[in-house]
Amino acid sequence: MIYRFNFRDVWANFDLLLDGALLTLQLSAITMALGLLIGIAGALARSWGPPPVQWTARGYVEVIRNTPLLIQIFIVYFGLPGFGIRLDADTAAVVALTINLGAYATEIIRAGVEAIPRSQVEAGLSLGLSHLQTFRYVVVFPALRVIYPALASQFILLMLATSVVSQISARELFHIAGFIQSRTFRDFEVYLVITGMYLAMALAFRLIFAGIHLLVFRRR
Amino acid sequence: MIRDLTWLDFAYLVYAMRWTIALTALALVGGGLLGFVVAMLRVVPLAPVRWLAVGYIQALQGTPLLAQLFVFYFGFAIFGYRVQPWVAATAAFSIYASAFLAEIWRGCVQAIPRTQWEASAALGLSFGEQLRHIILPQAVRIAIPPTVGFLVQLVKNTSLAAVIGFIELTREAQITTAATFKPFAVYGIAAGLYFCICFPLSELSQRLERRLRVAR
Repeated sequence: MIYRFNFRDVWANFDLLLDGALLTLQLSAITMALGLLIGIAGALARSWGPPPVQWTARGYVEVIRNTPLLIQIFIVYFGLPGFGIRLDADTAAVVALTINLGAYATEIIRAGVEAIPRSQVEAGLSLGLSHLQTFRYVVVFPALRVIYPALASQFILLMLATSVVSQISARELFHIAGFIQSRTFRDFEVYLVITGMYLAMALAFRLIFAGIHLLVFRRR
Repeated sequence: MIRDLTWLDFAYLVYAMRWTIALTALALVGGGLLGFVVAMLRVVPLAPVRWLAVGYIQALQGTPLLAQLFVFYFGFAIFGYRVQPWVAATAAFSIYASAFLAEIWRGCVQAIPRTQWEASAALGLSFGEQLRHIILPQAVRIAIPPTVGFLVQLVKNTSLAAVIGFIELTREAQITTAATFKPFAVYGIAAGLYFCICFPLSELSQRLERRLRVAR
């Protein structure tokens, strides 16, 4: 049997796909920003906090890193309404993705924090900086430089993982693909095209992150 | 008809884990074999072959697993095969795993000092012999911790097979939720079950890595 590829229906709906890709990019960007903040706070709590805070941070990291994203998304979207917290699909997606990325970012940034020589921290403290000031001025920036490549690839994995929120009907690229497929039955073509779009976005992010690396971390 | 969440549901969820574990095992074997070949192509002293391997890895690491699953699921149909979800899932997960394992193992092979290659070349060993007798035995040791770490990713990602109708832990949880309408409890239990598989593996991976660092 010879299959005739027919991409016409896919191109006809290409504006929908672009809308979906835009939401994917928005979800990714918001999550990356929030996840980075949680990661920095988490790394601070994990390596410098008082013991109970450390345990809490460790527990958060372990629980999130050892359970599937899909289940986390379902718990936020389907489970929380039972406690009166009702989120729309997009918000639930951002919340779940941020919680997820935050745990990975915490672990990555912590590795960077621990790579900073103790003497640097001691030097900061002996200059009369408080613990928080030392963390803010002495530790964070060099730590981020050390782990930047790991963090960048985690961010790209996150962008790809946003496809999973299609399962709670957030209208990002993957969900749109399902919509087009259900109307045109051109399933293989649709998924082939969006796979290419994800690849293009992943490469674009890689270029952007390389650019940021040059701009921010090149000095010295 | 909405019914209560009972111990029987819990038992079903635990029982559904066998498919999660089976899919992980199949993907590890398939992905391991393919990944090994790609990792070797990645270090072969022949540039075009290396580029091909790089392209393979980049394409798979730059696209969502969910998309790969769908492409496989629908792709088989194009050639006139109506495949069971588990066949499509096994194929997709094997290929997905092969890209990541290839990149991990390449790193391990390249972590072996150049002098080891040069020394074995000086002894007159061919590329294949160098790899087999000198490099790989050393690389395997450092490859184990990150491979176990990736296994955790694999276990978690098998949850995506639920989307194409493969009945493993996550799909079973969806079915149970539909019958009992207790999403928080059911997905909470499912998360706990995944944790029971993944956490020991994560700990093992870290412990192996620490031991390796001490050994050096």
